[in-house]
Amino acid sequence: MKRTALPTSALPAPFVEWFAARGWSPRQHQLELVARAETGESALLVAPTGAGKTLAGFLPSLVELTARERRLPGTKRRGLHTLYISPLKALAIDVARNLKTPVEEMGLPIRIETRTGDTSASKRQRQRRDPPDMLLTTPEQVALLLASPDAQFLFGDLKRVVLDELHALVTSKRGDLLSLGLARLRSLAPDMTAIGLSATVRDPDELRRWLVGSDEKLASLVTAPPGAPPDLRVLDTSERLPWAGHSAVHALREIYDAIRAANMTLVFVNTRAQAEFVFQELWRMNDDKLAIALHHGSLDAGQRRRVEEAMAAGKLKAVVCTSTLDLGIDWGDVDLVINVGAPKGASRLMQRIGRANHRLDEPSRAMLVPANRFEVLECVAAVDAAREGAQDTAQPRTGALDVLAQHILGMACAEPFAAEALYDEIISAAPYAGLTWEQFEKAVDFVATGGYALRTYDRFAKIKRMPDGRWRVANGRIAQAYRMNVGTIIEADMLKVRMVRGPLPKREPGAVYTGKIGRGGRVLGEIEESFIEMLAPNDTFVFGGEILALQGIQEDEALVSRTHADAPKVPSYAGGKFPLSTYLASRVRGFLADASSWDHLPPQVGEWLALQAERSTLPGRRDLLVETFPRGGRFYMAAYPFEGRLAHQTLGMLLTRRMDRAGLKPLGFVANDYAFAVWSLADVGRRVTSGEVSLGNLFAQDMLGDDLEEWMHESALMKRTFRNCAVIAGLIERRFPGKEKTGRQVTISTDLVYDVLRRHEPDHLLLEAARQDAATGLLDIARLSDMLSRIAGRIVHRDLDRVSPLAVPIMLEIGRELVYGEAQDQILAEAANDLIREAEGAKARSSEARDLVPS
Amino acid sequence: MQRQEAAKRVISSPADAAAGDVVIAGVALKIDPLGALIHEAERMLIVADLHLEKGSSYAKRGVMLPPYDTGTTLARLAVLIARWSPRRVVALGDSFHDNSGPERMAAIDHASLSALQAGRDWIWVAGNHDPNIPADAGGERLPALAIGPLHLRHEPRPGAQSGEIAGHLHPIARIAGRRRRCLITDGSRAVMPAFGAYAGGLNIHDAVFEPLFSRGRKRAHVLAEMQVFEVCATRCHPEELIRPIAWGMSSK
Repeated sequence: MKRTALPTSALPAPFVEWFAARGWSPRQHQLELVARAETGESALLVAPTGAGKTLAGFLPSLVELTARERRLPGTKRRGLHTLYISPLKALAIDVARNLKTPVEEMGLPIRIETRTGDTSASKRQRQRRDPPDMLLTTPEQVALLLASPDAQFLFGDLKRVVLDELHALVTSKRGDLLSLGLARLRSLAPDMTAIGLSATVRDPDELRRWLVGSDEKLASLVTAPPGAPPDLRVLDTSERLPWAGHSAVHALREIYDAIRAANMTLVFVNTRAQAEFVFQELWRMNDDKLAIALHHGSLDAGQRRRVEEAMAAGKLKAVVCTSTLDLGIDWGDVDLVINVGAPKGASRLMQRIGRANHRLDEPSRAMLVPANRFEVLECVAAVDAAREGAQDTAQPRTGALDVLAQHILGMACAEPFAAEALYDEIISAAPYAGLTWEQFEKAVDFVATGGYALRTYDRFAKIKRMPDGRWRVANGRIAQAYRMNVGTIIEADMLKVRMVRGPLPKREPGAVYTGKIGRGGRVLGEIEESFIEMLAPNDTFVFGGEILALQGIQEDEALVSRTHADAPKVPSYAGGKFPLSTYLASRVRGFLADASSWDHLPPQVGEWLALQAERSTLPGRRDLLVETFPRGGRFYMAAYPFEGRLAHQTLGMLLTRRMDRAGLKPLGFVANDYAFAVWSLADVGRRVTSGEVSLGNLFAQDMLGDDLEEWMHESALMKRTFRNCAVIAGLIERRFPGKEKTGRQVTISTDLVYDVLRRHEPDHLLLEAARQDAATGLLDIARLSDMLSRIAGRIVHRDLDRVSPLAVPIMLEIGRELVYGEAQDQILAEAANDLIREAEGAKARSSEARDLVPS
Repeated sequence: MQRQEAAKRVISSPADAAAGDVVIAGVALKIDPLGALIHEAERMLIVADLHLEKGSSYAKRGVMLPPYDTGTTLARLAVLIARWSPRRVVALGDSFHDNSGPERMAAIDHASLSALQAGRDWIWVAGNHDPNIPADAGGERLPALAIGPLHLRHEPRPGAQSGEIAGHLHPIARIAGRRRRCLITDGSRAVMPAFGAYAGGLNIHDAVFEPLFSRGRKRAHVLAEMQVFEVCATRCHPEELIRPIAWGMSSK
């Protein structure tokens, strides 16, 4: 590979002049991509934000199109030359706008268009007949175009695919679908090359393989020089550091002061609820009337656009936002990023920091604000990782089977396919390289008739075999249904939150008001239906910074009233959205194990750990510390695996089953990213020290066998996972607004289908798909499994006479998180009452936290 | 967990299941937890909304639901017949998901249905899904049926209808976070739970139930694994919160 500087003369004259007129010169990596394109190579460009990544991706195509001969009138229309695919609709539109400027200024004969779900039907139709030179679009639109009979015409002349934010795309089912689309594009246009644009990742070779779908010759790697090292610090608060919670309320004054001192600040938080809270609290202290705005996914799209525009125009002092601003678009001159709460991953933190200062030569400035003591450890670990440039992006995926089924139907919609040829094409997509012929056949069978052992549906098949052995789609209605269901994003079902007048009429205790509820109050926003599902009427929760009581549900609205409760029954509706990365977890365990690293930490945290070492112990880097202690008539067991909330929840579910069998009478458990605690009627500590119960057996890996299987049968999370798979695979159709109201008594819930399949067809493709999702998704079984094998034989037990300093944060979570919402199914009804009393008994108050600490 | 263990035992041995009692228009009836009414004096078993061949009806439109619904529904019906040895079975309409249901039914299911019909009267009351059940389904076809003060028909009629026992609406009650099928009655008339394996449910607080029952006397007989709980309708949660994904088919 040539690493020497390429001369600017590699570019045609109009480009050279254009750069020169602006006093710019093309960057090394931009020219290198042009050179790679000339030799017909695919390439991966790894570059930090602000390095001119997008222009680099388009430059080879701009150069080629400038040199291309014009189509003569009367000759055949040409298909697309370049296809650009972005994970965000808004990004595709923004990039098109930015690209048109140089093209117009240079007077290049290039037509650039976008195509998203918002593009008008007439324009979409015209694009299929008369395609532009460059089309900027999303993975879903690509799938739709590939499934149309025009695919060969549209993509037959394709020279290049540009994939933006590739690192973000490949970790999801959308990436699976895109990889299959890319495989099809390679078949339609064998000379096509791909350019991937990515932020820094742990293993670039995986993306290089993903781009070409072959081990033989990976896409070449082009790396832009890193920017100046970031200027990072963890806020060393002068306030008292909280033991638990995610609000960072103690540090808001310090955050406000930092905003005031900076030019423009992005304040990242982990959840929408947190965004609301921080925003409102900042305004409460905003005596300087600083222009502070709010940006999160539940806000109305128009409102979000206005905030983005104000930001781009430099009218704002700060924006409080969630991961909605993690990716992509340049919004203005941000010079400070504040990350409230734990970053959850080193790469995620780097991506967010990259939002500050889009000029490469100046360092990005960022401040991390941990909201509690464990988060301090996590923040310090993340800052260390960022300084070393360590990455913890997700591992490559095994392609999902539900996505495969969707793709197979799409391919049949485009034109009849021969199974062998389609199989060869599919295994050229990196996530599906390991797909066996049997699995593929099973997927084809599923698409055709549902894939059941009872072959009663053959005559209703959605795809049919023709006499020549190829498969075709049965009729136009099936193709229509495919188009309506394409894509892998299942939006969480949202309910509007509407305030109604309270209080409601008096009623007997426990009874629920079933009459008319006055409507017409204002809408506070939207909330996940799955959260509301966990509540009963009159349960209280926080939304938009207020404590509300659920009154009922009408159609798509959750009706709420204000309440005088001083603490909500269910305060938070999502902790960190992303679980703590394995990499950071291991670094945090490293801190705990190594007392010499504590000077590095804020004094309050160092003292806390020292006290823990004195009262109990601190586990070694690979060990699992399990503590048992009595409190308030219950016996607690706290453990500290640091494997993230999802894995801990699954572990809690399985462990309580085993403890129950061992006669330990568990009543409930609570989990956060760092630890979990189980409480029981039996003295677990005594049983363990006396040798009656072995912790090694309780935490043995075989819990992932029968116990897991049994629990999955009941688990609401598993059923939700299954439902998503069923929709993506096309077993059932997506829900569209208004449609679900008709004839509810004749609809079938996917829970029912799940139960029937488990009973009759335990090896069904959809169950396999759901199990695969569960391993990495909501149940995080893969990570739990790794953890169990790591700690085998390495459990350190301490039987204490009272709660330890390390246990205080998790003890305070009791009553904060409704983890027992799911456990209710497993635990006796009478026990559940005790559990709720227990949960309500331990409110999160700092005064109580102090009482808990042994002094 | 003892209660769960107990539940498992009972499910595996359905003969232990405890029927509930209900009085409709002065007639004492039993209600079986599987979702049937039993008129002991008449040795009559009543079930509503079997929706046989619902799975294949969807398959016809390209929605490939698991094809086990008919087999499951007939097996549960067989348990009921073994338990109560009725002289007469009344299927209260929507017994097949559509008129061509019997045509699509697998031979093995035809055989089990014939076996259930042997030696007893079998009445298919017409439903809106299956107004014309073909002859090969066996049994007798009636638009409705009167037994003393009881009037058995598929769709409940508007206005006060003393003694009416109907189906059609698939009532469910939501208690303690779970949706369960139920029978609704105010002592004068009743709407039965749907029996079919794939039948969905309509919350008892849905507006369609409003005009049928006297306010304040509406009670739900809720089907649990091995018994039937009778509760006041006001104790059930007002709206179903877990909405099934709809296939967009209405009953009309």
